[in-house]
Amino acid sequence: MGARVFVMLWALILVLGVPLGAGAQEYRIGFVAAITGPASSLGVPERDLAQLVQKEWDAKGGITGPDGKRYPVKIIIHDDESKADTTVRSVKKLIGEDKVHVVIASSQSPTSLAVIPVATEAAVPLISMASSHAIVTPIKERFWIFKTPQSNIHVALHQVKYLKAKGLKKVASLYVNDAFGDDSRRGLAQVLQGTGIEVAYEDKFEQRDTDMTPQLTKAKASGAQALIIHAIGPSSVLITRQAKDLGLTLPIVHNHGIGTKFFIQQSGPAAEGVIFPIGKLLVAEQLPDADPQKKALLDFVRFYETPQRPRSTFAGHAWDALQIAGMALGKVAPGTPTKETYARIRDGIEGVKNFAGTGGIFNMSAEDHVGLDERSMVLVRIEGGDWKHFPPEKW
Amino acid sequence: MVDQLLQLSLSGLATGSIYALIALGFVTIYNVTGIINFAQGEFAMLGAMVLIALGPLGLPLPLTIAAAVGLVTLVGAGMERLTIHPARRASTVTLIIITIGVDIALRGLGLLLWGTDPYPIAPFTPGPPVRVGAAVITRQGLWILGTTAALLVVLWLFFMYSYRGKVLRACAINPLSARLSGIRPDRMSLVAFSLSAGLGAIGGIVMAPVTLASYDMGLSLGLRGFVAAIMGGLTNPAGAVVGALLLAVLENIAAGVFRAAYKEAVAFLVLFLILLVRPQGIFGPGGAGRGGL
Repeated sequence: MGARVFVMLWALILVLGVPLGAGAQEYRIGFVAAITGPASSLGVPERDLAQLVQKEWDAKGGITGPDGKRYPVKIIIHDDESKADTTVRSVKKLIGEDKVHVVIASSQSPTSLAVIPVATEAAVPLISMASSHAIVTPIKERFWIFKTPQSNIHVALHQVKYLKAKGLKKVASLYVNDAFGDDSRRGLAQVLQGTGIEVAYEDKFEQRDTDMTPQLTKAKASGAQALIIHAIGPSSVLITRQAKDLGLTLPIVHNHGIGTKFFIQQSGPAAEGVIFPIGKLLVAEQLPDADPQKKALLDFVRFYETPQRPRSTFAGHAWDALQIAGMALGKVAPGTPTKETYARIRDGIEGVKNFAGTGGIFNMSAEDHVGLDERSMVLVRIEGGDWKHFPPEKW
Repeated sequence: MVDQLLQLSLSGLATGSIYALIALGFVTIYNVTGIINFAQGEFAMLGAMVLIALGPLGLPLPLTIAAAVGLVTLVGAGMERLTIHPARRASTVTLIIITIGVDIALRGLGLLLWGTDPYPIAPFTPGPPVRVGAAVITRQGLWILGTTAALLVVLWLFFMYSYRGKVLRACAINPLSARLSGIRPDRMSLVAFSLSAGLGAIGGIVMAPVTLASYDMGLSLGLRGFVAAIMGGLTNPAGAVVGALLLAVLENIAAGVFRAAYKEAVAFLVLFLILLVRPQGIFGPGGAGRGGL
């Protein structure tokens, strides 16, 4: 008898407690990143940044709502382990159980693509921190989906400008075998059309591969004059190290997947001379003062960077996503989101104009859910274990 | 094309040497105890990770390596005493499943201790790679080949000419006769596991500067080493070594000449073919029968 009463009391508490939690007067942001797994060099800075932003918002009392009062914000952070299944599960839980107002997910292109149907079906706005253009195109099917990193096509534009300026006619294109690598190499092929530069050799490798010498050997034999690598994380490090080990003296050009100190630390001397297009954050201090992003970037460096936590463009992408989400949230009332709430937040994100983020100056629109163009990036060269601004004058 | 093949073969020899060290671990344990030790690959992982973990101590490299190998050898001995020895009366299948459990446990331990990040370690001797005709081998690659060759010589001398080595072979040939001669096969099981752990650790250590060390590097190494051991009929060390080198070179050629995606399939294809066509191994059985506890 006593036990039954006890159980019933508990059930009552739980039943009452759950809706109370969801109805709390706060904003909730779901945040999914690859904190473990091969993409952890992307997810860890993103997670660190989210925690910093949470602290900042807590200190201020939250975000100002439409009625002028500040309401607390809760950033619910999930680790998707660099695996699409986990990303899908996390996003479903965030939408269904935690009733978040907006979802930010995830660090990688393949995992982000996996959750597009989830967000679209639930009619919940989602901001991705990954770069594949397929995340925001075709725009008719991406009504609810946005992203903050520059697209791989913008990267390719910079890479090809450099190749043309150096008079290189043949390149080898090596890419990691997933949605990101594939999107990146397609972008390069597309931009190279009509330039007279030939992709003499193209091949792929797995994210977890440890020996890329076969692909590098063939690249060397193909007569390529430059190596273009589309990869992130450990595979980007290994292929660079092994290229140097094999004695390849070709210029090595990466894409913006290596915007973290991790790449330099792990590649060691092999990183020297690597060139890659990247958001201006990495060389913020070296930019000319007239650059419209310089002030925002230096503010971000002050906010985020410590000796133990070097700056990273991935933390930048997360910051851009959270700030944009915050701006949109300020237009709706906190508490349990309704269909109307989601739609207003989505409209808010789409309406972002002239926002000087770390990735660039964002101008979202109904046709463009990235809001950036290639002016948001610069070419950087790794020299002496650090990033050096590599403007056309130095080519 | 010939240049390419030379390069792929040279890189393959280096990788194959690592597989060979793991394969020898499989063969040693199998010969002495009749068990297939599926935790073999994790010894390589532990060797590499412990070496990196000991780095901050600032000791000279040879000392750190020796310490890492010593520690992993102790882990191998511990594995034998704690998981195999208490179950020695059980069937071989049970013991094999126990080794699978240890494999999973060790990998989980690696994940807990070191997380999912890969860790770099500098090559033993810095410097540019060495030219061999049109191909190139890195200095670390030379270390891999040299260490493996030296170990093979030492192991051969050990098994052929030392008392302990002969005792191990006796256990492999006929455990009953060995016991009648005053040898304790279950003691020799401890020696076999320790030796295999040490071999695996050395393999992981010389390889880590090339491929970065991470908690899950043991899985694929263990698989390749196992296939190489099967190529040696599980009993013939020479067959296992040759099998390992062959497997690695074939993998590289498949990836280099055909498509990179085929590399993964090679190990399984070879396993399938060997079991189908020549299950006793490419050289036939080793000079011993199957051991037992």
